[in-house]
Amino acid sequence: MPDGAVPVLDVRGLKTVFRTRGGEVHAVNSVSFHLQPGELLGVVGESGSGKSVTMMSLIGLLPSPPAEVRAGEVLLDGRDLLKIGADELRDVRGAKIGFVFQDPMTSLNPVFTVGSQIMEPLTRHMGLTKAQARDRAAELLALVGIPDAKKRLKDYPHQFSGGMRQRVMIAIALACDPEVLIADEPTTALDVTIQAQIIELVKDLRQKLGMAIVWITHDLGVIAGIADRVMVMYGGQVVEQGPVRQLFSDPRHPYTRALLKTIPSLHGERAARLQAIEGQPPILNAAPVACPFRARCAHAHDRCQTENPQRRAVDGLAVGQGHDVACHWSPGGAA
Amino acid sequence: MSPALVQVRDLKMHFPIYTGLLRRRTGAVKAVDGVSFDIRAGETLGLVGESGCGKSTVGRALLRLYEPTAGSVVIGGEDIATLSPAALRAKRPMMQMVFQDPQASLNPRMTVQAIISEPLDEQSDWDRDRKQTRVLELMDQVGLNRRFANRYPHEFSGGQRQRIGIARALALSPKFIVCDEPIAALDVSIQAQVVNLLEDLQDNLGLTYLFISHDLSMVRHIADRVAVMYLGRIAELSPRDALYARPLHPYAEALLSAVPEPDPSREGARQRIILQGDVPSPANPPKGCNFCTRCPKVFDRCRVEKPDLVEVEPGRLVACHLYPAITHPSPDQPGGTQATKPTQQGEVQ
Repeated sequence: MPDGAVPVLDVRGLKTVFRTRGGEVHAVNSVSFHLQPGELLGVVGESGSGKSVTMMSLIGLLPSPPAEVRAGEVLLDGRDLLKIGADELRDVRGAKIGFVFQDPMTSLNPVFTVGSQIMEPLTRHMGLTKAQARDRAAELLALVGIPDAKKRLKDYPHQFSGGMRQRVMIAIALACDPEVLIADEPTTALDVTIQAQIIELVKDLRQKLGMAIVWITHDLGVIAGIADRVMVMYGGQVVEQGPVRQLFSDPRHPYTRALLKTIPSLHGERAARLQAIEGQPPILNAAPVACPFRARCAHAHDRCQTENPQRRAVDGLAVGQGHDVACHWSPGGAA
Repeated sequence: MSPALVQVRDLKMHFPIYTGLLRRRTGAVKAVDGVSFDIRAGETLGLVGESGCGKSTVGRALLRLYEPTAGSVVIGGEDIATLSPAALRAKRPMMQMVFQDPQASLNPRMTVQAIISEPLDEQSDWDRDRKQTRVLELMDQVGLNRRFANRYPHEFSGGQRQRIGIARALALSPKFIVCDEPIAALDVSIQAQVVNLLEDLQDNLGLTYLFISHDLSMVRHIADRVAVMYLGRIAELSPRDALYARPLHPYAEALLSAVPEPDPSREGARQRIILQGDVPSPANPPKGCNFCTRCPKVFDRCRVEKPDLVEVEPGRLVACHLYPAITHPSPDQPGGTQATKPTQQGEVQ
């Protein structure tokens, strides 16, 4: 990542709260990150860690109520997406930011042909005529590796397999040449051999089209293979962030370290017993005043109970630029 | 070496397809199409494969939650597949199941106490106190706090719910448990807790597991031997270390190569076998070898002749024309797979 390059997407201090009958849920707490042109940022975390809610908040896809984006800035090309109107935001979605969701079964409309669903953003955002849109849709289907693309435009989603439907979703997301593609667990619902196909496809498209990608997953293996940079989320916060090799070879947050140790390996030494992370993820029913990982952390001390750690650099670069961690403890000595 | 507790021979589970106005039977989904294997007492057999390959159907047919179309399932000396309903019911306590989704497999209107003691209500004539004592003992065994006995499933997290499901499965002191994707619905940080629990219970109670999963890393951790299924048949059945070090069947090889690993330096250097296309429909499997439409090593014979699952190296069974059967299997060699040798019979369609 070139230092000082202008990020395509810059998120600062994002806070999202859900108001429920049982009180408020603080799903996203002061999340900041940025995305450089052409970069692939991996976002990992368990269910409830806030990774999807963060991305949905960016582009106003959360139903409000109950969701409320309470603070923060989302800068895309210098414009704050949290301040613009609904119509303007609609133009941003699709045209500037493409989205691929986890479940290709439910994110396509079953009663429209695949062709008409790819053509919709083209006619809406790009001002193409129907005939132009149809040609471009066929091109896009071919681009994502669907054989006999022109004919298949007339097919309905149920006539495609899971992996093929995910390819269609990617084609729709790419339709308007977005600067940013947000992929939320795009391969989680797929089998490993199909997942491998989709990952190859995204790697290939990235080279051809050069868009920046945010890839959300809970699978550290997937992240290791495709990301340039990784952001680890826990309890609605970013707990560690850094270049992929550094983060995997020298993880600094106790959660990241435990997570990497808890996964059994496919090769190499086979542990007699798995190292479990005891306890449960936190319930986010109040604004955080302490470290969200403290109850499960082997290194927790008094300060962790009273003060939520801020992100700090571990390699001398500014927070967000290099490798940073939100933890009071550091391996080999107190911070 | 322990004797086989479970012997499955040429198990078939076909689901009929009815179409047209008269709902005539026009075909069948061959979810499991001739599967044979043994599970030895005290071992864990991993059963892996992608969705739709029939692995869960094998697990269910084994416990006769489905009526198998053909084949035999001998558990502890009796053929489960042909037992009368009364005899089957008497047999149930020795074989139990842990389901994938602890949310869906626990009745939301029953307390934990009631859920865990339901098998005892059904199968024993114990009095209330004795059942209560047993329930609390089971809760201790699976690491649930006794004080929560009167709570309802929704008050627990996913990992804890799975512990309730495990306690229920243990209630009647079974010998054999089918674990059908027991950790698939859990978060990574919780998976290890449940797997460690399953391993501890196996050590303490001498349980035998069929561990069904699509998570190949976890299966490497927990299983002693692993069967790889594809489209209703077993492609390879090998001891764990041999399989992961050197998979023989081209599908097993591709499947293992597709699993991403949390190691960027390794991921960068890896040669991945990308299979083309999708899994064919089990209602209309390809002629010959069922993997011939996607196999990178396919040749003419594969398209006409179905390969049998045969022993190709001591202890390793593979269904592929690339690997000839070893000709002189000595009756007392390690691995003890003689019993599973004459297996999947070729079928011409």
